[in-house]
Amino acid sequence: MSSAGHPFDPRRPSGAALQEPNPFAGVDFSELEHSLQRPRTLLSVLLSVLVGGMTLVALVPLFSVVWMLLWRGGHRLSLAVFTQLPPSAMEQGGGFGNAIFGTLIMVGLATAITVPVGVLTAIFLAQAKDSRLAGTVRLAAKILTGFPSILAGVFAYGVVVLVMGFSAYAGAVALSVLMLPTIILTAEDALHMVPGKMVEASVGMGATKTQTVWMVLLPTALPGIMTGVMLAVARAAGETAPLIFTALFSNYWLTSGGHLDLNQRTASLAVLIYNFAGSPFQNQKELAWAAALVLVLLVLVTNLIGQVFSRRQVHS
Amino acid sequence: MAKTTASAALGEEWAGVSGKSISHTPTRRQVFLDVGFRRLCWIFAALTLLFAALLMLRIFVAALPAMRQYGPGFLVGTTWDPEHGHYGILPQIWGTLYTSLLALIIATAFGVAAAVYLSEGYLSQTIYGILRRFNLHLNPLWGKLPDRMEDLLRNLIELLAAIPSVVYGLWGLFVVIPLIRPICDWLHAKLGWIPFFNTDLSGPGVLPAVLVLSIMLLPTITAISSSALVAVPSKLRMAAYGMGATRWETILGVIIPTAARGIFGGVILAFGRALGETMALAMLVGNANVISLSLFSPANTLAALLANTFPEAPPNEVSILMYAALVLLGITLVVNVMGSVILQRASAALEGTNK
Repeated sequence: MSSAGHPFDPRRPSGAALQEPNPFAGVDFSELEHSLQRPRTLLSVLLSVLVGGMTLVALVPLFSVVWMLLWRGGHRLSLAVFTQLPPSAMEQGGGFGNAIFGTLIMVGLATAITVPVGVLTAIFLAQAKDSRLAGTVRLAAKILTGFPSILAGVFAYGVVVLVMGFSAYAGAVALSVLMLPTIILTAEDALHMVPGKMVEASVGMGATKTQTVWMVLLPTALPGIMTGVMLAVARAAGETAPLIFTALFSNYWLTSGGHLDLNQRTASLAVLIYNFAGSPFQNQKELAWAAALVLVLLVLVTNLIGQVFSRRQVHS
Repeated sequence: MAKTTASAALGEEWAGVSGKSISHTPTRRQVFLDVGFRRLCWIFAALTLLFAALLMLRIFVAALPAMRQYGPGFLVGTTWDPEHGHYGILPQIWGTLYTSLLALIIATAFGVAAAVYLSEGYLSQTIYGILRRFNLHLNPLWGKLPDRMEDLLRNLIELLAAIPSVVYGLWGLFVVIPLIRPICDWLHAKLGWIPFFNTDLSGPGVLPAVLVLSIMLLPTITAISSSALVAVPSKLRMAAYGMGATRWETILGVIIPTAARGIFGGVILAFGRALGETMALAMLVGNANVISLSLFSPANTLAALLANTFPEAPPNEVSILMYAALVLLGITLVVNVMGSVILQRASAALEGTNK
């Protein structure tokens, strides 16, 4: 254990006697040895193993969820579930075509509301960086990102449902509360990423601020903005809490008298999963898993599209 | 790509000016459009702000009648009995805080561990070591494997955040509860005198809700902690290694203390998310208005109360539910603002140290 005989030990008496005092006199060199028999090295290795193990354990639920989705949802998946209506209690078969349609309609409406508002607000934030209004808006957007999704539903209930009843519009308003802050903050980031040189060149050519925004800033920042939009859409598609008492649920298509009618109770994938998860009927449970698989695929594909956009982003 | 768009647009203008100069002073129409567009942007920014204000105001105004009727006693009442008109939300407040705190403890332990694992580059080093043993570490194909695997691991942890909470609820009902039930019953039978175990798990309850909630919080904590850990100046790490510290003496003595504020900010933000999380809890917590320390007893949270009661609420109950929503809003707002302030200070404190 002692390292006295080590060839590079400075304490080793050499042929010529050292004149100056040994600078390593007080050091116990055996302490510096890298060996698993030393408690401090052993502790370090053990902690490393522990941390690796905990990371693996953290991923177990992910694999379990994916496995259950593929196993329980996958074997129920067929063309019928995309075209048929949800079954009632004792009924066999059925699907959730109206729920997929309802989710797409409400997320689409919410996107149509939030993208123009969000992007124009982001342009204002990027242009008037230091104004007091910009600071306040940015703070409000940041606070809204942590806004509980259920409260978005409560708000839409107070503003839309109490006025015109349960409808796809109410669901879309609730979802847009959740999408808006994401879109504003990511779009502002994307606009800041545009190299200052390009903006200066454009202004130097005599372009007005608006021309610079439309011809230089927006085209360059488009991939980044789209990433934010896709993230917001993915989040909104999976949300249940804001829809559960704004759009409610329906077992029928979104039509009345053969025409598309959004002013009525609307089905969505997420609420269908919630309703059928606690159902005592095997058929409805199976459908809940199949709907969960479809919903997760929808969210993942949207996320992936966002990632593709973010790879095309221009960095300054 | 964007450059070509810009120059193409300029090319057209160049043709119009017929060779005199690329630039000209903006025409009246262009100035008009410019001012108009800027006003428009201002209006939309102001609208966003108004919208955020309206959001809070609407809930507050709707809660006013109930606030007048029940006052602060609503916060400490323990019964929710619509038939006799007794309303109190102390059990829900307790349930919200209890489940969130327990989930936060689990998620922090695992989330920070995963953040350390990622930011220390353990995985890439291990794979690099294996590749070197086979002399493949400089191979153009295999040499990229360490970085690729690390990206994959990071993406997998982020994927945890992409799964909708209702799917987690479904998974909790069908996988977690059957899995932990025998263990919980055994614990209750053998160690029932400990207050945490003094009821048995009859389906939904605090523990399954906490487990699932902690999985949902983990990606937030990992993402914010690992960016805080990466932001620690490498000088500090090198200095620690240079003084002969082992890897974990460096991590525990230097890196984590330096990144502590950032990690703490992330934990607080995750706490805010936990308080407002609805669906998984509404499905797993059992919706019973009881105050109990037991991990296996059913409970209720504010968000779950709203989710379960709102769809069939009679008009006179709406205001009471809005009051409960206002309480939830108040709690999450305070927690979230605290989290952002801490994070902002943390990044400000590290500014300029990385040169």
